[in-house]
Amino acid sequence: MKSNLITEDKQKSKLEKAFEILKTMASKPSGLIGLTIVLFHVVLALISPYIAPYDYKAISPNTMLLAPSVEHWFGTDSLGRDVFTRTILGGRTALTVTFFGSLIALLWGGLLGIFCGLVGGKIDDVVMRVVDAFLSIPWILAMLLIVSLLGTSTEVLIPALGFFYGKGIVRVARAATHDVIAKDFIVSAKARGHSNMSIIWNEIIPNVRDAILVEGAMRWSWMLLGFSSLSFLGFGVSPPTPDWGLMISNARGLMSFAYWSVIAPIVGLSSLIIGINLTADAFAKALGIDRSTKAPV
Amino acid sequence: MLLLILKRIGLGLITLFIVSLITFVGVEVLPGDACTTYLEREAYGAALDACIKRLGLDIPAYERYLGWASNVVRGDFGYSLSGEMPINEVLGPRVKNSLVLASVSILIGIPLAIILGIITALWRDKLPDIVISTITIFSMTIPEFISATLLILIVAIWLGWLPGIVIIPSDATFYELLSNIILPVVAISMIMTAHMARMVRSSVIQVMASDYVQMAILKGVPYWKMVFRHVLPNALLPAINVVALTIAWLLGGVVVTEVVFNYPGLGRLVIESISNRDLPVVQALAIILASIYVGINLIADLMTLMLNPRLKSLQIRK
Amino acid sequence: MNEIIESVKNLSIGFNSQKGKQISILRNVSTNIKKGETVGIVGESGSGKSTLALAMMGYIKQGLFPLKGECLFKSEDLLKMSSRKLEKIRGRKIAMIPQNAGQALTPNLKIGYQIDEALRLHTDLNKTDRNKKISELLNKVRLPSPETMAFRYPHELSGGQQQRVAVAMALAGKPDLLLLDEPTTGLDVTTQAHVLELLRFIAKDTGTSMIYVSHDLGAIAQVSDRIVVMYAGEIVLEGPARKILKEPIHPYTYGLLKSIPKLSLAGLPASMPGSQPQPGSVNKGCSFYDRCNLATDHCKKNSPELEQIKELDTNVRCFNHKELINQNNNLQTSITKKSNNSEAIEVLKLKDVSISYAKQKFFDQLLNKISDQNPTVKDINIDIKKGETIALVGESGSGKSTILKSIAGLLKTKDGQIKFENDRILSSDLKMRNPNDLRAIQLIFQNPDESLNPNHTVEQILSQPLKLYFNLSGAELKKNIIDLLKKVRLGEFYMSRYPRQLSGGEKQRVAVARAFAAKPDIILCDEVTSALDVSVQAAVLNLLQQLKEDLGTTYVFVSHDLAVVRAISDRVAVLYQGRLCEIGPSQNVYKFPSHPYTEVLLGAVLEPDPDIKPKLVAEDIVEEKPPEKGCPFQGRCPRKIGDICNSEVPPWQIGENGNAIRCHINIEELESLQQ
Repeated sequence: MKSNLITEDKQKSKLEKAFEILKTMASKPSGLIGLTIVLFHVVLALISPYIAPYDYKAISPNTMLLAPSVEHWFGTDSLGRDVFTRTILGGRTALTVTFFGSLIALLWGGLLGIFCGLVGGKIDDVVMRVVDAFLSIPWILAMLLIVSLLGTSTEVLIPALGFFYGKGIVRVARAATHDVIAKDFIVSAKARGHSNMSIIWNEIIPNVRDAILVEGAMRWSWMLLGFSSLSFLGFGVSPPTPDWGLMISNARGLMSFAYWSVIAPIVGLSSLIIGINLTADAFAKALGIDRSTKAPV
Repeated sequence: MLLLILKRIGLGLITLFIVSLITFVGVEVLPGDACTTYLEREAYGAALDACIKRLGLDIPAYERYLGWASNVVRGDFGYSLSGEMPINEVLGPRVKNSLVLASVSILIGIPLAIILGIITALWRDKLPDIVISTITIFSMTIPEFISATLLILIVAIWLGWLPGIVIIPSDATFYELLSNIILPVVAISMIMTAHMARMVRSSVIQVMASDYVQMAILKGVPYWKMVFRHVLPNALLPAINVVALTIAWLLGGVVVTEVVFNYPGLGRLVIESISNRDLPVVQALAIILASIYVGINLIADLMTLMLNPRLKSLQIRK
Repeated sequence: MNEIIESVKNLSIGFNSQKGKQISILRNVSTNIKKGETVGIVGESGSGKSTLALAMMGYIKQGLFPLKGECLFKSEDLLKMSSRKLEKIRGRKIAMIPQNAGQALTPNLKIGYQIDEALRLHTDLNKTDRNKKISELLNKVRLPSPETMAFRYPHELSGGQQQRVAVAMALAGKPDLLLLDEPTTGLDVTTQAHVLELLRFIAKDTGTSMIYVSHDLGAIAQVSDRIVVMYAGEIVLEGPARKILKEPIHPYTYGLLKSIPKLSLAGLPASMPGSQPQPGSVNKGCSFYDRCNLATDHCKKNSPELEQIKELDTNVRCFNHKELINQNNNLQTSITKKSNNSEAIEVLKLKDVSISYAKQKFFDQLLNKISDQNPTVKDINIDIKKGETIALVGESGSGKSTILKSIAGLLKTKDGQIKFENDRILSSDLKMRNPNDLRAIQLIFQNPDESLNPNHTVEQILSQPLKLYFNLSGAELKKNIIDLLKKVRLGEFYMSRYPRQLSGGEKQRVAVARAFAAKPDIILCDEVTSALDVSVQAAVLNLLQQLKEDLGTTYVFVSHDLAVVRAISDRVAVLYQGRLCEIGPSQNVYKFPSHPYTEVLLGAVLEPDPDIKPKLVAEDIVEEKPPEKGCPFQGRCPRKIGDICNSEVPPWQIGENGNAIRCHINIEELESLQQ
């Protein structure tokens, strides 16, 4: 029985570990579906410019609001543009902006959270009050204001989204740090006389990393939701760039007789958000983190 | 106990104070001031001077903040540039409309969420759970504007059962509102219910696995009695706070839903005031929405305090 | 008397592993419970004893399911019964007293309601009769002021009181069979003895049959008529209590009894190698094969059946049990420790140490005034000599761990000094200590699950101190790690393992290795064996002793377990409420005359011997704070002589053999009182 165990756990490289987590995630149907959807969208975003059958911005009065056909699989919109082309291109901006936005959120939220959890006391109190105050202003109001005054370029959107979605991560990272610093292995390291930096790096970060990563994955799907809401309201991507939120908003008024131009982007956007959500859930489960009792703040 | 309550209220007030600072400083830091932003290309000469005078932009920022803050505390939010009237007059009917929409959604959403959460927890991994949980995951993740758009497409356009868009003035009466809010309420409560049902589910599952529930079973307590006396009070108590946070978070989503349905509430006012670049109104809205958030959380905190036997006994001793 | 109440037949319970394999955690268990008898089921954690007990109430935990067999209660199978019918049996015919009553009482319901609920379900009494019955029951379990007790919430009671409420609740339905799942685990020594005494009284008083499940042979020995020993999901030995405890004929039970430290024996108990196999890992052969010193090749290939030995009234699952019959006189042996106490150099000196948990108020801090007149730990004076093992003993709240933490620099002292090697005063602030002093004092914690970083391999864990103190790297670092592992009897291949891949004993060995990596002068051991199974505990104790003899390390050993302390320590300090009561060489502390508190503690120890009964000399009251003045033990002292105990701190008296007792009663008088 012992020899069995020994062969099982050779020292595993980081890559192998990541692969193992992926395998656990894919072992359940929901995780597999989520991963497949996300993979599909990422691949689509990469290759869509090369496979798009039409020019996404080519306006043509002759082809206005055509129903789906062999030439135009998903029909055309009110300006005569091909909906299929615009749909497969419609996720690129959203994916890029929210991916980098999540990274920023993860970075500042995680670091500030760990810092607050560690120092505690007055500094922690003050920072958490401010974070709470930011949380209490609806993100959409703040985002709309920033975008309307600074414009809708990605240089504005990425840091702004990253900032507003990082607040929640601060809380999670802080709580995770709080849980860890009470553990005996931290006490033990302190008693040995390790420096604070060494304790943070060796003992705390490895133990809060998982919780923060899972939170980041979840934020990604929320940020996508937020970003497309902005687009929908006309404060996200500027036309004629194809974007699902914007497409839905434009096609909405005409959907009583041209429903195809609204269905296609709805399917695209919903599937991506659900895909990321399922993946994040499976990721959390694979790492053994239960976040179902937490509020989506 | 009283001290605890006062402390919570105090913390809420501090949060609001910081919010007021953030909104004020935020507007100051962003390029342009309220007048140049509003007037855009016409920001020169007499129009600009009149505006600056109107808003008192000619006095130092900190003095302006103090004046503004003290007015807000007294319930006066200032002057709307686009509406050309006091903000309070703009806000009044909007607040009422949004309140109607939100409270109907919450009144339907919370009980439904609790029932669904309990069903899915008690029949965990069985058919009812699988069906309901799948639906909740969908309605939780799909953006409000998509579910709202789909609702209009299916219910209003294809089936023709209900009007798709609310066509009422902002000062409509309560009854006029009620008949028009069915679809918006469905759209809002769908996502809210889904979030809360999921939390109730995991909270109930956690309690069901506790030692004291096992003990109740081994004591011979009948199943439903056990659920109502031993499980639910302990499962729902911690859920209160989370539910409050969820409701508060979803306020942002209400903005979008109101726009989709053309509903004359606070949410649409947010979009309108930002489109009109009417900064005084935006500031007022930030404060109001933040107060709602803080208020909901405060109520949840106080409810938890009242209902938790651990804290109740604290009160008796001291 | 011989009527069978419940019988378990060929019961197997298991679960489906992630790989879809069926793994049984209870295998082919059969036993009978007779009317009026108390059966003790004993086993280590993971032996399946709790699963068996719950199955006897027709309850199977989520994720588990019965594979075969039945649990017959009055000839009806509980495992196949409808839940409607089970509700009529649970609480009324068979009642349960749970392990941790603090968690088994519903937090939002008052004590009275929870007992009333059982009465309503299982009796026909009306409201007023039920109320009367509630105070009657609370009285019966000897709870103070039963009238007000009913209106309190579970969290307002102490652990012992909660356990008593659970007993009252179980008695409400007048059951024929009481199931007790580790009912005294987690309670303080004296509370444990009192609850046990209550249970024994109830068994006699009501004639109820009892099933007593525990890992603690000491508790089992006190209550059981018959004992069932479980190992890896099987019954390995079953028979009359006295026979099992005095002449065990299964090598596991034999080894287990030998590995328990006993009050009557100085020196270390013999240890058993290895640990219990994981469920599903034994496919063929005897499950004890790995650890058995009687094992032959036959045992490796064939699984023994439970065999009935008529003349001993015993069932045993062992091919070689005959080798153990009639030669068990050597249960009472121990390994004598080598004492290297000859050098009487003082290595650590605690001088007038006081420690306070109370936060200083802001203004007092400004004025540099000490606000706490009644600190958690007060006036501790202990000199620790090089190479000795000194134990700090006491119940929870005695301040023993607090003192340990302040030696390690983790807690600031309020007053007094801690001197190291007689000349250097150790700063009470960790950051101010020099690296060499930090290296010299190392700490081992109670629970290795908490003290080892779950994200580090054993190699990473052990390299931390080596890098920090000796700047080792590369091949030299690796060589040192392998050496350390060898020292704690672990192979080189453990280096790449994570803590979760190790058993409890192995984890604690890694923690020991980490402490020794610093080449320390003093090791502080905080309840280091409390989280371990008995058979593993002995091995860790032996390891610590061996390392100390080889390396000349000094131990400060904190424990609540007087028998463990007796086994390992050279000197003992007894603490109550943060005050020293008695200190001296261990053989003398364990002999009379003693401080009355030591007397109470010694009396409450449960020995795995049905002939040694605990002596309960004091009430079990939980005191939250030490008294403002006078003797710290005045509230519970059985020998209290009067006002002087309340007003004056008792003087130190030195006995003949060098043990010091702090009591107002003259030492000769104490001796005659205690004889």
